[in-house]
Amino acid sequence: MPSSEHLKEADRVMTICNACRYCAGFCAVFPAMERRRTFDTKDLVYMSNLCFECRACYYACQYAPPHEFGVNVPQALSRLRADTYEDYAWPRVLKGFYKNNAFLVGLVTTVCIVLAFVLTLVFQGSTTLFSAHQGSGAFYAVVPYGAMVFPASVMFFYAIFALLAGFVSFWRRTRGSIADLIDVSAFARAVKEAFGLQYMKGGGDGCNYPDEKFSKSRMWHHHLVFYGFALDFAATTVAAFYHHFMHWDAPYPYLSVPVVFGTVGGVMMCIGTVGLLYLKSKSDLDPAEEKMLSLDKTFLWMLFLTSFTGLLLLVFRETAAMGTLLVIHLGVVAGLFLTIPYSKFAHAVYRYAALIQNAIEVREDESKIVLG
Amino acid sequence: MLIAGGGNAAMCAAIMARHGGASVLVLEAAPKAFRGGNSRHTRNLRYMHEGEDGFLTGTYPEDEFYEDLLRVTGGDTNEELARYCIRQSQDAGEWMSAHGIKWQPSLRGTLQLSRTNAFFLGGGKALMNAYYDTAEKMGIRAEYDTEVRDLNIEDGVFRSAVVEHNGQTREVAAKAFIGASGGFEANVPWLKEYWGDAADNFIIRGTPYNKGRVLRELFDAGAKSAGRAKGFHAIALDGRAPKFDGGIVTRLDCVPFGVVLNKHAERFYDEGEDFWPKRYAIWGTLIAGQPEQEAYCIVDAKSIDMFLPSVFPPFEADSVRQLAAAMDLNPAKAEETVNAFNASVKAGTFDPTTLDDCATEGMDPPKSHWARVIDTPPFYGYPLRPGITFTYMGVAVNKQCQVLFNEDQPSPNIFAAGEMMSGNILGKGYLAGFGMTIGTVFGRIAGREAARAVV
Repeated sequence: MPSSEHLKEADRVMTICNACRYCAGFCAVFPAMERRRTFDTKDLVYMSNLCFECRACYYACQYAPPHEFGVNVPQALSRLRADTYEDYAWPRVLKGFYKNNAFLVGLVTTVCIVLAFVLTLVFQGSTTLFSAHQGSGAFYAVVPYGAMVFPASVMFFYAIFALLAGFVSFWRRTRGSIADLIDVSAFARAVKEAFGLQYMKGGGDGCNYPDEKFSKSRMWHHHLVFYGFALDFAATTVAAFYHHFMHWDAPYPYLSVPVVFGTVGGVMMCIGTVGLLYLKSKSDLDPAEEKMLSLDKTFLWMLFLTSFTGLLLLVFRETAAMGTLLVIHLGVVAGLFLTIPYSKFAHAVYRYAALIQNAIEVREDESKIVLG
Repeated sequence: MLIAGGGNAAMCAAIMARHGGASVLVLEAAPKAFRGGNSRHTRNLRYMHEGEDGFLTGTYPEDEFYEDLLRVTGGDTNEELARYCIRQSQDAGEWMSAHGIKWQPSLRGTLQLSRTNAFFLGGGKALMNAYYDTAEKMGIRAEYDTEVRDLNIEDGVFRSAVVEHNGQTREVAAKAFIGASGGFEANVPWLKEYWGDAADNFIIRGTPYNKGRVLRELFDAGAKSAGRAKGFHAIALDGRAPKFDGGIVTRLDCVPFGVVLNKHAERFYDEGEDFWPKRYAIWGTLIAGQPEQEAYCIVDAKSIDMFLPSVFPPFEADSVRQLAAAMDLNPAKAEETVNAFNASVKAGTFDPTTLDDCATEGMDPPKSHWARVIDTPPFYGYPLRPGITFTYMGVAVNKQCQVLFNEDQPSPNIFAAGEMMSGNILGKGYLAGFGMTIGTVFGRIAGREAARAVV
């Protein structure tokens, strides 16, 4: 259950909003609100995950603080959204990971790096680790193929499973039957809105971020991170294909598909994450929720470190530093994937579920006659 | 050029004056968070158009617009000025877009006014944010928390103003002055001059900063008035609304779905007389005429979902008696009133979208439409009070927005726009979005003319 205090506040705020409705044109939250007259827990949890924190409603609000009604929609919904991440974390026992996220993610990642380093030293020896390796199979000379791919695959599938489990229990709680999920048109609409970051466009001029002026910088940086991540993922997939089916061993030439995808994706992620971290550092704290901001920053740092260490590895792969950089990169990647189900990454899962539900509601709406 | 006020009219004036080459200082009495006067609480603007302009559909010609205005004012308008206002509103959508205003694509769940009224994306505060942003980029200076205290006027000519900021006063000289600082609805002592102690029980829906100080200064300097002094636009509000600035969320449109009792648990007016917006516009004044300016609307479970939710939860009880007790009404009397009402309801076909045939028989006052027996628990009750939107009295102006002094002499350098002069056109009643029309049209004219006077 989300904190009752957070629920109560979101309910209070949404009740005021529902009597006003001036913000109807900004995003999907307000039309969703208008479909309801009262708000129970599942409504509020769903609506909080529809919010992209664009803040347009905050600066447009005639009831925002210091007005005595003190309406702060982005903050109220962010608080509830942060509760969502804890409530639907799988397994339940790990939900506490969200409580001290920055520290724990840092700790897990550090342990991963140290462990990777120690294991490599023990099993491969310092000569192997600290000398230059070149040509096909150079990476595997430092960290053997099985030692690299087996743990990575386990962590990857674990993360996917944990996130899916969260998705399913979120859907059950906020919408209901799993059969409802088999809805191609709703899926398609949600994909389009998610991939286009529809709700970071506001009325067309973007979010009110980092301050009250309209700007698309948050949307573009988020696109860089997201599509950079997708490119890196594609690079990994192509590399796996090369390895298993073509029997070509990494490292691949600079102009090969995995390296080009990986490099472009890595650079995009570096720019995107640094940009978002910069925007957050400058952002107006009044409509913000401190805990969410901390989750944001932690996850952005992890993505930055992953892409940055990957790029460093690329640049220095022919030198004696390669072994050390490879081990650090693998440690960071392990830290990222182990903590992904307990990080801000979860926002993608619940937002997507909320977008599907929204698409279903919009369609139900359109098939009804709306009375004036 | 000095502009008193910081709402829609003031900012339109400032922008046009700057376009005309004037150096402009805007003095807003409110702090930045509450800038924009009553424009903060608005959401749309009505304007004439003879074809689709990308913001509104169909056509809304001058004559139809004027007919609408005549209907609500009952002829209490200045035809020449009103028609001029309507014609000048024609390019409003385009002009506003060019100055940073964004529009809401389509509106669900509320009035469909997309032929006559254009809705700002995010409402009036978003509109004001956009104007302030545009003004800043144009080099217009705006000072917040700064109130005009005195005007130094000689024979209808503005010389300087004494302004107060953080308890410090200073004198500001300017070549021209535009008053765009609203009416006096937030000045309770001034309202008491006409309404006596009843004014203590009025709720002011908008900004607490509309004290009418500039208006009073202009009258004292000999400006002619326009619009009835005692007149204000008032609607029925949830009685639990804050004294000031509650805006849109405290309004209640439950009246036609139930019965309305006064403090003595008696009905006093036909709840089913007419549609929104007519009933909307009269109930504020009706309640202002009741003891202690209070009324109580009672509906039952059949009707609770038929009107927009209020921001305050209704009182709820399983019987009318308990409900009345919860609202501090005499339970026996309230029950008697509701029973008498129920007994007078004749059968009919209930239809809230038409003036249906559900009415009372032999009941005084009658309920002429939408009368249904109140018998399905739970019963719900809302306390009501009059909520004042704006006052009508302002200064008389000519088409150039020049304020008229003794013997109808237009001042060479004193102009007025917005609520401060809306009484010239809107003698009574209200037309949704027309306040913003007046502010936008006359704000722009005042700015343009004032710039001509100084540049």
